Amino acid sequence: MNRIDANGRDFRALNEEIRAAGQEILIENCMGQRYIAAGMSGVSLTIQGIPGNALGCYLNGGTIRVHGNAQDQTGDTMNSGTIVVDGSCGDATGYSMRGGKILVRGNAGYRVGIHMKAYREQQPLIVVGGETGSFLGEYQAGGTIIVLGIGSEKKAPVGNLCGTGMHGGKMFLRAEELPADLPPQVAASKATEEDMAEIDGYLEEFCAAFSMEKQSLFDRPFYVLRPNSANPYQNLYTFN
Amino acid sequence: MAINYNIPEYDVLRDPQRCIACRVCERQCANEVHSFDPDSGTMKSDESKCVNCHRCVALCPTHALKIVKNPDTFRLNAYWGQNDISEIYRQAETGGMLLSSMGNPKPYPIYWDKILINASQVTNPSIDPLREPMETRTFLGKKPGAIERNPDGSIKTDSLPPQLKLEVPILFSAMSYGSISYNAHQSLARAAQELGTYYNTGEGGLHEDFYKYGPNTIVQVASGRFGVHHDYLEAGAAIEIKIGQGAKPGIGGHLTGAKITDAVSRTRMIPKGTDAISPAPHHDIYSIEDLRQLVYSLKEATEYKKPIIVKIAAVHNVAAIASGIARSGADIIAIDGFRGGTGAAPTRIRDNVGIPIELALAAVDERLRQEQIRSNVSLIVAGGIRNSADVVKAIALGADAVYIATPALIALGCHLCRTCQIGKCNWGIATQRPDLVKRLNPDIGYKRLMNLVSAWQHEIMEMMGGMGINSIEAMRGNRLMLRGVGLNEKELEILGIKHAGE
Ligand code: SF4
Ligand code: SF4
Repeated sequence: MNRIDANGRDFRALNEEIRAAGQEILIENCMGQRYIAAGMSGVSLTIQGIPGNALGCYLNGGTIRVHGNAQDQTGDTMNSGTIVVDGSCGDATGYSMRGGKILVRGNAGYRVGIHMKAYREQQPLIVVGGETGSFLGEYQAGGTIIVLGIGSEKKAPVGNLCGTGMHGGKMFLRAEELPADLPPQVAASKATEEDMAEIDGYLEEFCAAFSMEKQSLFDRPFYVLRPNSANPYQNLYTFN
Repeated sequence: MAINYNIPEYDVLRDPQRCIACRVCERQCANEVHSFDPDSGTMKSDESKCVNCHRCVALCPTHALKIVKNPDTFRLNAYWGQNDISEIYRQAETGGMLLSSMGNPKPYPIYWDKILINASQVTNPSIDPLREPMETRTFLGKKPGAIERNPDGSIKTDSLPPQLKLEVPILFSAMSYGSISYNAHQSLARAAQELGTYYNTGEGGLHEDFYKYGPNTIVQVASGRFGVHHDYLEAGAAIEIKIGQGAKPGIGGHLTGAKITDAVSRTRMIPKGTDAISPAPHHDIYSIEDLRQLVYSLKEATEYKKPIIVKIAAVHNVAAIASGIARSGADIIAIDGFRGGTGAAPTRIRDNVGIPIELALAAVDERLRQEQIRSNVSLIVAGGIRNSADVVKAIALGADAVYIATPALIALGCHLCRTCQIGKCNWGIATQRPDLVKRLNPDIGYKRLMNLVSAWQHEIMEMMGGMGINSIEAMRGNRLMLRGVGLNEKELEILGIKHAGE
């Protein structure tokens, strides 16, 4: 494993070192450097400290493990690969991701999974262990978002207006009850056995990543949210 | 059946003496205007469906057809025009927002036509471009503040920020695959390659067949990030962040599910039949600082090898916005005026939002000069360039290059019928219907585009020669070469030009 001391490095220098360092890399003393691993593929990166915004943007494979918190826009437009965050994540986590996985042990900010999309075998996944902020899954067009609400005292572990503009994919919320202000584009129901079977592997993976008991998640119900239509705006216009 | 309150906009005139009922028009019109009546053995027409695209006229072998404006009108009224009334009927019937396409067709002032170009007489003689070298090559990108030299005295070029090299200061503007057809895209790509310039993918991703044109391609990144992935970013010569578009400032892109065919779904990388929604705001950009983050994330992902363009619509405070963008790390700013075309835009937005590109360009160039950051960025202007004289005026007002889209489509056969939003373009351009797409032959299309741009290039050289200028670089921002006619003080002040006679 190659070690890189991020202390005093700016983001450009740090990314250059990462590109030169081979496949297995440990970054120590990370202190807010942005764009780490932007567009890279095939590296296995462990980060100690706190990476800055846009960690793993356009990521195209490989794994990133953060022993700490991450900031805004982790995994922006990522295409494949895995990002695992031991702490919490900021806003717009997984913005427009099309493939790969983001697993967050703690909470995540606003607009998590905005514009998330799926394409053929590319089925992106975001799992948040704690709570998320408002506008979860805004304009979601594909993929799966799971929010587990572990340790959450709220009835539903999300902020306001979850699923605004959603027109594809699914969201799973482990919650006492559904958020009260779901927008009309979203159809919500209790997850069936079939639904749960679909995410069983994802939960397994999440629990394995953070050494948790999967069984402990089933003491609360799961709800599944789907879009009402793949064409939410088709009746809005008249040709002129 | 409910009464249709609207009257047909056009009349289809068929000369019965010429018509041989060959039914070509019937096969050619995707709007199903023409039909054959077996009883009488003659052709009939339902002109209410006609959009005046002239496909049937052009293909009728006996020239039997004419499409004319329907002389039938609602009662004439100097205030309530025909359109005002029929749009209300349409909305009263459907409850929908009006959706149009192409550029703003309203009679707002056209500043290009109120600006005249200088020529040399006696002193500073004009140059004959047929005899003398004339440089239309230009480079787009951030320019260094000072010249640095190597120990041997030669000029240092290795630390230069990335540049786009254009043999002619004209690029093809963003049009996505999805809004226009495969054959239209291929024509643009091939023409760009042959001409030594660039075409722009728009926000619909890049078809796998067109990666080979990458060195002449600008790839676009919009809020919905359709088709954006590492290979796509790597494929292009430059990356354009689309913030706004002149035809619909403040409005995002929305390709309806019906247009997401198999092939379009592959390049956008979304399932067939789902809406492709790119909302106006990038929900991660609320400030210049946020924009800077997107600019740098793209630079990091492509290792600083490609210039980053930020494209905005020309709106009221465009100069201040451009000033911010010039400080965001972007290499090029593209400004799109209110005449810019589109595959679909809400009518009210297209016709009422934004400002003329001539004024926006002059204001931006002036502001960046005042702030001494003009060389931080190159300026591309778009949205309303109609001919080579507009190009010359734009460059003399301060642009480094222009984007053209509507002229390129017209070169490919577009007749500006302004119904791209319906997806039944009879000329094979703004459609995904295979039977229509194949009407546009890219082998011919790319040559027509090359002809157009080379003709303009020669005209630009003629005009430059006339002014006694032998390079684009020397014409850029050379506003002394322009004079206004019929403009008021304020307009002259904003354009930074004198009135003719001064
Ligand atoms: S829509 Fe075009 S092809 Fe059809 S009748 Fe009118 S002009 Fe002819
Ligand atoms: S592209 Fe086609 S549909 Fe659009 S204006 Fe031109 S001819 Fe009409």
